[in-house]
Amino acid sequence: MSEKKTKRRDFLFTATYAVGAVGAGAVVWPMIDQMNPDASVKALASTEVDISSMDPGKTITVLWRGKPVFIRRRTQQEIAEAKAVNLKDLKHPEKDEDRAKNPEWLVMLGVCTHLGCVPLDQKGDYNGWFCPCHGSHYDISGRIRKGPAPTNMEIPEYKFVNTNTIKIG
Amino acid sequence: MSDHEYTPKSKFGKWFNDRLPLLTLASHLTDYPTPKNLNYWWTFGGILTFCLITQIVTGLVLAMHYIAHADMAFDSVEHIMRNVNYGWLIRYIHANGASMFFLAVYIHIFRSLFYGSYKSPREIIWIIGIIIYLLMMAAAFLGYVLPWGQMSFWGATVITNLFSAIPLVGEGIVTWLWGGYSVDNPTLTRFFTLHYLIPFLILGLVVLHIWALHVPGNNNPVGIDIKKPSKDTVPFHPYIVIKDGFALLMFMIVFAFFVFYTPNILGHADNYIEANPLVTPAHIVPEWYLLPFYAILRSVPDKLLGVVAMLSAILILAALPWLDTSKIRSAVFRPLYRQFYWILVADVLILGYVGAMPAEGLYLLVARVATAYYFLHFLVVLPILGYKEKTLPVPLSITEPVLGGSPNLALAKNKENFKD
Repeated sequence: MSEKKTKRRDFLFTATYAVGAVGAGAVVWPMIDQMNPDASVKALASTEVDISSMDPGKTITVLWRGKPVFIRRRTQQEIAEAKAVNLKDLKHPEKDEDRAKNPEWLVMLGVCTHLGCVPLDQKGDYNGWFCPCHGSHYDISGRIRKGPAPTNMEIPEYKFVNTNTIKIG
Repeated sequence: MSDHEYTPKSKFGKWFNDRLPLLTLASHLTDYPTPKNLNYWWTFGGILTFCLITQIVTGLVLAMHYIAHADMAFDSVEHIMRNVNYGWLIRYIHANGASMFFLAVYIHIFRSLFYGSYKSPREIIWIIGIIIYLLMMAAAFLGYVLPWGQMSFWGATVITNLFSAIPLVGEGIVTWLWGGYSVDNPTLTRFFTLHYLIPFLILGLVVLHIWALHVPGNNNPVGIDIKKPSKDTVPFHPYIVIKDGFALLMFMIVFAFFVFYTPNILGHADNYIEANPLVTPAHIVPEWYLLPFYAILRSVPDKLLGVVAMLSAILILAALPWLDTSKIRSAVFRPLYRQFYWILVADVLILGYVGAMPAEGLYLLVARVATAYYFLHFLVVLPILGYKEKTLPVPLSITEPVLGGSPNLALAKNKENFKD
């Protein structure tokens, strides 16, 4: 008799806790998810850039999703330099061909992969970029060569809409 | 704790106190027996309470004029400085108040380190204190972002990016913190909300901190357990109240000097330039009170390990009551610990200095040595010292070294028993 009663109570307790936990989760998730990017932020997903006036050796910085994107028209010498690097010397080995499909144009996020500062153009020990915050050196392909950054600067999705326009995103 | 029965004198007081014993609490606080040898290093608890109230009151009135929007925040701060009546004064008190708060908390923490106040039975007081310190750092960081200057923006970018070091989920967490793909308006509005919330969390923890303190009572410069109340104690009011009050006045002179004579010396000129997501200032440094930890972050060449080292440097303090194996509390009776204590003080100051310098060459080397020593102090020196150190004889009571007369401890103890 008493044993049967205990079992019924056990069931009620367990069922109550289970429903309570699911209910709490269902209430907490919206509270957490509201902090993720909202619809208006997501809507600003792509940017088109006019590159017709850029000479070799010039870099421009454009804003995409609130972040700077570097577009550099590289000189023949720079392209040769980027391709000549031995992959074994790299912390994050990536071929230059994989980073710049059209070797003349390097399009990458101008965000240091260490803690998110904007590296400076044509500075540092490798003729590429140098991050002033914590001293990361990048080469002319945007690959990390020295300093605390763990990976190469990111290449965003982009395509050439025509010879004069790049669409980022 | 003085557990004496308290009965209010008036009839109304008695009626009220029977229903809500606030008067019993007030009586406990005024009569609270305090060691009579507390020196001025013990006045910083009161000073810190003053700092917290100052930040809450000035913050409240600043929030009446500030606008938390990426397009308007910078201008609204200038509006406070130029147009709002006494806005300059209130903002300078709030901004320098943060520095004064940290100055006081560092003295308070190093007081505990010297006199062993974190040891049994005061571990919980200490751990609550460390949580308060962590919340203070969070509040200071969030508040620094609100003016939306260059240092605000890039400080926010660098600090939130620390979370990207977490494997797998790091990037997702950073996007979630930002509410976007970079630090922007959603980041600013949530930072403002949290900056407003945290001081009240701290206030609640301060109540717990003092509650936990009133269970064993104050530690004291001699570091021995004392009987309460006894001839070794004085009531909190008026003895400690007046001493705390005097120290607070001295502290306010320093505070006022910064507010009225050099209100911007502790800040960075770059923060008077509006936030620009395309240009990082050439030299990013955090506020002075975070520099030692910043130096530790930069001294490790690996991103994840750097973040781990920085967090460990703070969290290791919570384990201190168990890392320090010595039974003797006060450094007064620990000749070797006393020397290591001062080396640690110097080590932290050096870390603070190199944290403000560029992370290269000799500075980087010094930062690495100082970081290694910091961990060595807590993980190796303190545990071993408790077993190896030959400590000096500890007096039996606070009164004994002054009035006991006899160098023979057994005799002095007998005398003590006779008097009771």
